[in-house]
Amino acid sequence: MIEAPRTARLALTRRRMILGGALAGGALLVGYGVTHPMAVGGALLSGGGTDPEPSAFGSFIRIAPDGWVTVVNRQQELGQGIHAGLAALIAEELDANWDRVRVVDAHSNFRAYGPQITAGSRSIASNWEPMRIAGAAARAMFVEAAALRWQVPRAQITVRDGVVAHPASRRSAPFAELLADAARRTPPQSPALKQANDYRLIGTDRVRRKDVAPKITGAPIYTQDVAKPGMLVAMVAHSPRFGGRLARFDSTDALKVKGVVDAFAIDTGVAVVAETSWAARRGRDALRIEWDDRAAEMRSTAQIVRDYHDIAAGRTDLSPSDFATKGQDADAPLTGDVAEFTFDFPYLVHAPMEPLDCVASVDGWNVAITSGAHLPTVDQVQAARVALTIPGKVDVEVVPAGGSFGRRGLAASDYVIEAVRIARHTARRPVKLMWTREDEMTGGYYRPMSHHRIAVQVGADGLPARWRLRSVCQPLLPFGSNEQAVEGMGNSPYLASATSVDGKLYSPRFPVPVSFWRSVGHSYTAMMMEHLIDQLARRAGQDPAAYRRTLYRKARAARHLKVLDELCRRADWGCAVDVGFARGLAVHEAMGSVVGQMAEVRLDGNRPIVRRVVAIVDCGIAVSPDQIAAQIEGGIGFGLSAALYGATTLDKGIVQQTNFDTQPMLRLNEMPAVETYILPSTAPPTGVGEPGVPPIAPAVANALLALTGRPTNSLPFLKGPGASNLGPMA
Amino acid sequence: MPIDLSVNGRTRRVDDDAETPLLWVLRDTLGLRGTRYGCGIAQCGACTVHVDGQPVRSCTLPVGVVESAAITTIEGVAGPEVEAVRAAWTARDVPQCGFCQSGQVMSAVALLRTIPIPSDADIDLAMSGNLCRCATYNRIRAAIHDAARAGSTPA
Repeated sequence: MIEAPRTARLALTRRRMILGGALAGGALLVGYGVTHPMAVGGALLSGGGTDPEPSAFGSFIRIAPDGWVTVVNRQQELGQGIHAGLAALIAEELDANWDRVRVVDAHSNFRAYGPQITAGSRSIASNWEPMRIAGAAARAMFVEAAALRWQVPRAQITVRDGVVAHPASRRSAPFAELLADAARRTPPQSPALKQANDYRLIGTDRVRRKDVAPKITGAPIYTQDVAKPGMLVAMVAHSPRFGGRLARFDSTDALKVKGVVDAFAIDTGVAVVAETSWAARRGRDALRIEWDDRAAEMRSTAQIVRDYHDIAAGRTDLSPSDFATKGQDADAPLTGDVAEFTFDFPYLVHAPMEPLDCVASVDGWNVAITSGAHLPTVDQVQAARVALTIPGKVDVEVVPAGGSFGRRGLAASDYVIEAVRIARHTARRPVKLMWTREDEMTGGYYRPMSHHRIAVQVGADGLPARWRLRSVCQPLLPFGSNEQAVEGMGNSPYLASATSVDGKLYSPRFPVPVSFWRSVGHSYTAMMMEHLIDQLARRAGQDPAAYRRTLYRKARAARHLKVLDELCRRADWGCAVDVGFARGLAVHEAMGSVVGQMAEVRLDGNRPIVRRVVAIVDCGIAVSPDQIAAQIEGGIGFGLSAALYGATTLDKGIVQQTNFDTQPMLRLNEMPAVETYILPSTAPPTGVGEPGVPPIAPAVANALLALTGRPTNSLPFLKGPGASNLGPMA
Repeated sequence: MPIDLSVNGRTRRVDDDAETPLLWVLRDTLGLRGTRYGCGIAQCGACTVHVDGQPVRSCTLPVGVVESAAITTIEGVAGPEVEAVRAAWTARDVPQCGFCQSGQVMSAVALLRTIPIPSDADIDLAMSGNLCRCATYNRIRAAIHDAARAGSTPA
């Protein structure tokens, strides 16, 4: 890496102002301020670090003497391919040679990188401006260096694939040759950005992942793979009930296990530290623990469901919040032709393939953490709090996460804090905290369960005229409104043409921990809105696509309309389907993108078999079409897994699903064929990682409705012991 | 009692208890950390290794049982099928988070060594024991077909 000369260091400050301006004024703070106030607050508090490797080209671009461009990825790579997406934004404007671009993950550092928050499918949207500006500014520095060296006007200079050229005089030089000169130039305040039709990389299949090789050769890249000199492995026995506290424990037998070093109480239970993972596991199994359940959640799921039904019916002391209100007569009773619907949704685990883990060491004031962290600057603050130090003394090394789906993006940083608490006991020896799969499935932070009652007064034209919506769902955050619980309902185009809307949300609080889960509230609001609209279409004797089209036109929902039309075209909607099969469709907007899906389904007994899914995506400009397709395929598989099997239930407060045997997940033989079509767009990019999830459940439910005439009023489709899908290798 | 293991063609002496699952011996004792823990009950396949050429779940296999067997891990697996699988996985950008992919590659290689041109039904049977929460399944299936075609074409 080239050392930044003094002039460039000065320029660096100005350069930060460019980026800083883009950040503060852009969607980043605004968007995340709504969903993650903790994240933003935490990030602001964690200032104090300096750029570890100052580069003349800013915090996100380093260029080596051999001309290789290193892009510093401030987002979390958890499978969505963001490392390549960000690199493409920079490489496009820099006109770098894509084959000589590599990506490194940024450590937590608010000063250098701004708030590092991977959430809400916003990574491309929030980096769209700043990364292109960074690339364009660096390009301008090369152009200026070449213009000076060759004594030619800047306007006559071209850059392509990392080579700067002056075609008129047939001179050219690769980045490497101009590097020292370029690094001395001042980055422009507002470099010109390319027009979309000049893109050579963005929107092409040249934007490919750069992390495939380590992932198929077994390279030790995940938190689980970290090995440090003197490192211990920790496991924690947690209360089997949420809200339970440790009463007393006996570690006599645990300490007899070969390799066990220590066992001690921490806030969340009893920690066992050992020389190896297996010793920690056996040591933990040998603990004898008594729990104090006086403050614990003791209800069973059936009871919570009954309680939720009471709340929704108004038999409660809770006061609801209004999430959608329209019309003078919103409170007046619905009359005439009224259709009523109820929906129940379960708790869901995230179950990323890599169970939760975190490596921490504490040495005096200094804390070092290695984790696949979504919110490293928040983890910094949380770790500092429990280690009694300041955020600037906490370093979070961010490594690829073996999945997350939201679990590693908690403002509470639960397992990070746990690792730090344990590391404070181990006399500077680093600790790798490992949660078992059972810990992950029974340890909380689920997609919340919820109950909903929706009544629609149907007008003479067969369209919804008045809506009454009641939702019950635990809040996702300790403060603020619970808007995520009902996102996707209040702004539904189906509400737009109604004369009155009365939407109320009850947010009960109790000890079962809940959190963001891929697509958050949309994971069930899409199911409700899209499934009930099919039922209303049937009542009106209309084709579900035609019925939607009428409502989208009335709501001026142009994007929904385009997605629906393209879906009908690509899926041959209205054509005959094989005997035994039926089709269902769903269109839903989430994270700024509109996704439509058509599912072709048959029934094997009570088991839906989904053969084919057609997906249409409007996500603005498509930076990496192949990765968008991958996210839509993955979102469909993830959503279908939850729709078929997903349910975490409690028996007197104890979680009944402990591993993949009792909580089946979609397997390869159950994955439908998926065809993804991306609508061309000139709008700035919107979300891709989550919006593929919500439409699949209603698309399947609507196909089942067409097949059997029976609506679905709860998920999952398959319940109880018969739901198992154990693979042939099991 | 020390146990002599044959791992990736080398003899390795370990003094883990005989009932320790092979997974933890590979990861913690021998430092072969490309074989991953995902469930511990042989349900997810992230820990798949080859024992005498057969794909097995190392998380439930006591190390004492595989003394004198030939163990191959993702770090040591080699041969034309492996190259074909890796080339196909790369060409299709199969991995997302990637955590399960060591196991996916090991299962796919074992399949192609048994059935050089597998049908979709063969792939269902051989690969349904390997969970992928990112649901990269369609790309895995397509990449296995690609690798089979590459293997059946003379170089």
